Amino acid sequence: MNSYPQVLFKNRRPNETILLPEYEKNGGYQGLRAALKMSPAEVCGRVKESDLRGRGGAGFPTGIKWSFFPADQPGDKYLVCNGDEMEPGTYKDRQLLLADPHQLVEGMAIASYALQASIGYIFLRYAYEDCSQRVERAIAEAIAAGYLGKNILGSGFDVELHVHRSAGRYILGEETSLLNGLEGRRPNPRTKPPFPAQRGLFGRPTNVNNVETLATVPHILTNGTAWFQNLALNPQSAGTKLFGLSGHLNRTECFELPLGITLREVVEDFGGGVRAGKKFKACLPGGASTPYLTAEHLDLMMDFDPLEKVESRLGTAGVTVFDENTCMVAVTRNLNQFFARESCGWCTPCRDGLVTISWLLDRIEFGQASEDDLVMLKDQGRNIKGRSFCALAEGAMGPVEALLRLFADEIKDHIRKGCCPFK
Amino acid sequence: MSELLPQNQIDSFKAKAAAISHPHELIVDLLRAIQSHHGWVPDDGVLLTAETLGVLPIEVEELATFYDKIFRREVGKRVIHICDSICCWSTGAEMITDHLKKSIGISLGETTADGQFTLLPTCCLGACGDAPAMMIGLTTHGLLTTEKIDEILQQERAAIAAEG
Repeated sequence: MNSYPQVLFKNRRPNETILLPEYEKNGGYQGLRAALKMSPAEVCGRVKESDLRGRGGAGFPTGIKWSFFPADQPGDKYLVCNGDEMEPGTYKDRQLLLADPHQLVEGMAIASYALQASIGYIFLRYAYEDCSQRVERAIAEAIAAGYLGKNILGSGFDVELHVHRSAGRYILGEETSLLNGLEGRRPNPRTKPPFPAQRGLFGRPTNVNNVETLATVPHILTNGTAWFQNLALNPQSAGTKLFGLSGHLNRTECFELPLGITLREVVEDFGGGVRAGKKFKACLPGGASTPYLTAEHLDLMMDFDPLEKVESRLGTAGVTVFDENTCMVAVTRNLNQFFARESCGWCTPCRDGLVTISWLLDRIEFGQASEDDLVMLKDQGRNIKGRSFCALAEGAMGPVEALLRLFADEIKDHIRKGCCPFK
Repeated sequence: MSELLPQNQIDSFKAKAAAISHPHELIVDLLRAIQSHHGWVPDDGVLLTAETLGVLPIEVEELATFYDKIFRREVGKRVIHICDSICCWSTGAEMITDHLKKSIGISLGETTADGQFTLLPTCCLGACGDAPAMMIGLTTHGLLTTEKIDEILQQERAAIAAEG
């Protein structure tokens, strides 16, 4: 197993959370000190130059997102950390917050300064009470040490952070739903535009970033953009990424690996290979909404652009592996049931369309389908794709389309035999 | 019926609501506080939330019915959320769920006759590396086996008995 530079996980120890003194001893809050010596625009420029891309799933360049933010607009402006992490197969943010939560606090202090947004909210999902408590303790330590609060480190800049504990539902990971959730409004997604940077939380300019994205920022400020870019194995990319492994692997743990590492190395070396000596059949490369990769993709680089070239996505890099005995119709059925249940019900293509897809996948899996059902499945896909209000239904179609594209024979087998060939 | 929330907590929410310009942002916090104290959120809990924060009951209800981890019906002393998403499903969650159902004698969505357990399906708990997983209250249990479930249920039963 190759050993790669550890950045976000450098302080990580099993079943322990790093407290402030140790975080400081290992270079903690040096990024904030460096940032406060620069102008806010220079900090934004540094992040842009680093080529950091959002770690929440969409991979949008963080510095560019920040450059859209009206930092010089007077009045309240908000920074929001998206810690909803409810995409099945994704558990990296939890690992990060359990191990070393000060990285998020420091990253938010830097981002607040760069965007001149003094009030920050950390949105954490219901199941992450363990993380909420650790983040609250880190905030209290940071306030006592002068890293948060009024006039941080004598800079004249104030930063105030709040933790919001949510109460379930995947849709809150969608940034405008999340803002409704924070405001205490029914968390349906909002129309875009206006984008959150123009009118977000409480109608004010708001910037939303993922936990891992914000936690990466201090390291860029401390070590520089060239260092950050060189961390990636893909010369076109930058940085490390947390990969959460799951499914039919011998080792299902969360690893920090360079972007551009091959899927083969992730699966065979870090995942310890497919369990029980079985063959690799397919995987979700980055959560439930990312189209499958198969054995022919094993030598691809795990990175944003290379995966888009094969009609998939890096997503959250939560890699869920399926062995040769897995029925991909059954996998897709399970994934689609999740999306259908978690649909907020706001728009018809999602609310009704995903249920219809579920029904059709049931018919195929249980051997009740005819060729007509397959035609209907494709039709439904066309009616949902590009027609839903937010990205939930669009994401739900990722595995369905990949099933039709990569496992057409398997679907046909179900229809021909009148049963699931894997049972 | 037991009290919904101690008076000092109600007062503290009133003070917080008065100090901020957007009291709606406290609705989920208050619903969670009531649920944590009372076990679930009855109609009176919705009304108490509205009155405490100075918002409309419908504005509370539309949140209470949206979030799956807010219970608007009575639940058992322990709510077991069993994950049925992809990583748990692919590592035997269906078998684990069947064992749970048999052990406590109920189906998904039901509460045991003695009022000890409610069993609910949930989407991914963010414990995918430790699949299959479930959550009891706010505690996640991973790497579940039938033996481990027996052990956890026994501990929970003992804890419930100790609470009286």
